[in-house]
Amino acid sequence: MNRFTSFAVALFVALMAVAPLFLNAYHVDVLNSIGLYGLLALSLNLILGEAGLFNMGHAAFYAMGAYTAAILNTRYQIPILWTLPLSALVAGFFALAVARPVVHLRGDYLLIVTIGVSEIVRIALVNDVFGITGGANGIFGISRPELFGFVIRQPQHFYYLIWGFVAFTIFLFLRLKQSRFGRALNYLREDEVAAEGSGVNTDYYKLAVFGLGAAWAGMAGTLFAAKMTIISPESFSFWESVVLFMIVILGGAGNVAGVLLAAFLVIGLPELFREFSSARMLVFGLVMMVMMLVRPQGLLPAKSRQFSFAELSNKGSFR
Amino acid sequence: MLLEVENLHVHYGNVEALHGVSLMVRQGEIVAILGANGAGKTTTLSAISGLLRSSAGEIRFEGRSIHKTPAHQLVAMGIAQAPEGRRIFGTLTVQENLSLGAFTQTDRVRIAKNLQWIHELFPVLAERREQLAGTLSGGEQQMLAIGRALMAQPRILLLDEPSLGLAPLLVKAIFQTLWEINSAGVTIVLVEQNAHAALKLAHRGYVMEVGKIVLEDRAEVLLANSQVRDAYLGG
Repeated sequence: MNRFTSFAVALFVALMAVAPLFLNAYHVDVLNSIGLYGLLALSLNLILGEAGLFNMGHAAFYAMGAYTAAILNTRYQIPILWTLPLSALVAGFFALAVARPVVHLRGDYLLIVTIGVSEIVRIALVNDVFGITGGANGIFGISRPELFGFVIRQPQHFYYLIWGFVAFTIFLFLRLKQSRFGRALNYLREDEVAAEGSGVNTDYYKLAVFGLGAAWAGMAGTLFAAKMTIISPESFSFWESVVLFMIVILGGAGNVAGVLLAAFLVIGLPELFREFSSARMLVFGLVMMVMMLVRPQGLLPAKSRQFSFAELSNKGSFR
Repeated sequence: MLLEVENLHVHYGNVEALHGVSLMVRQGEIVAILGANGAGKTTTLSAISGLLRSSAGEIRFEGRSIHKTPAHQLVAMGIAQAPEGRRIFGTLTVQENLSLGAFTQTDRVRIAKNLQWIHELFPVLAERREQLAGTLSGGEQQMLAIGRALMAQPRILLLDEPSLGLAPLLVKAIFQTLWEINSAGVTIVLVEQNAHAALKLAHRGYVMEVGKIVLEDRAEVLLANSQVRDAYLGG
């Protein structure tokens, strides 16, 4: 990290930390939405950006997490934040189960399959599967989250919960990117045959990243359920998956900062221009098209990993 | 015997590409597999390296049956390959490409030593270590592909057409280095269309035609063979 980027990061963190003190509840709520989408986009970035697996059904895993949390909370009175690990497990294992037979598919084929999966999930939720999802009305009456006896109620409080989780996620995913696991994902993205031929167990890494990305989306779903207190299938439509896909590609697949920036633009800008009502989506669509023409690699494209050669040859510190 | 292939059959869908190929490679040898386009050379190599599944027959490495072992495990066992078309990672640096080759390796001191050896074999890879691999010339990319395979510290190195698309002088340089690699104790199996260069380097050779081995002999005998001369050496 050079001087400029460390300064930019420090400034961003400082601004985000004090932002709720100066903004009204509506604007804080917009930031909360951005945080949730940022979280989802970061988890999709692992699958799509780092490993290059075309997943356009991410909303399905988001929904699995949200519904797991909502059902456990409303039926069994389990505090909503306690359901985080369970939502992660349910979404993660669901992803493993659906990905196992299809993960060997390439690019566009996998894309179609994931769209199918997300539609199946959405329609199953609408049709009240097992009589626990509440059908098209969804589930309401989800209790407010509690942290050490403090009930999180106002947008300002949710702001710190959501963005705290985003910060934790960024830290973790940046570490992951530097690890052997992260390297394996990048090799996989660049050339699967060459990776397999160089001793990378491609099937294992593909499944692992699918499970991990989905588990994270599941936890984002829990936060969403806690924030809304009502969830219904329409929150997890195909459009959500498309928006997430767009955020990752627009931001620069594989770049954490780029993905966050894109979350701000894609979710934040339409909110800021609400007074233009329907024209804003027209402008938004045009911006998308221009963007892909002039900068197809994304706002902040992923950089190659840098090695210091002295370090490599002296210590032999390959990771 | 380091590597034995026995009666190998491979199908692409309903089409049988190999109709019972048998060959063997001794420890320390350089073996060339020659043949025209579509003879099944690359298919044979891919089946050995585990990237293709055989439909019948057996492949043994040091006596152990390996034709059902996944490719990534074969790398850890000591079978590394520089695949057809090089398949280097164009958007990653030379250094990153090499470090991928050491993915199965854990001993950092040995990896560093090995890297040093590869830089001695191909000094250009040391010079260009920070450069994106996609910006290398064809010859340099081939060197990188070989270097990457060597990073796995293989017992046996499988090379698919290392001379493809390279100027004759470069081919000479690369084959000279292959000889050095072999002298260091790495067994080499080489698939080539450039029969002349391959047979000058190899100890033994196999000639394939439409999915079968039609000739096998010591390299100098094949070089002198009139059939081989007519078919592959341009008379």
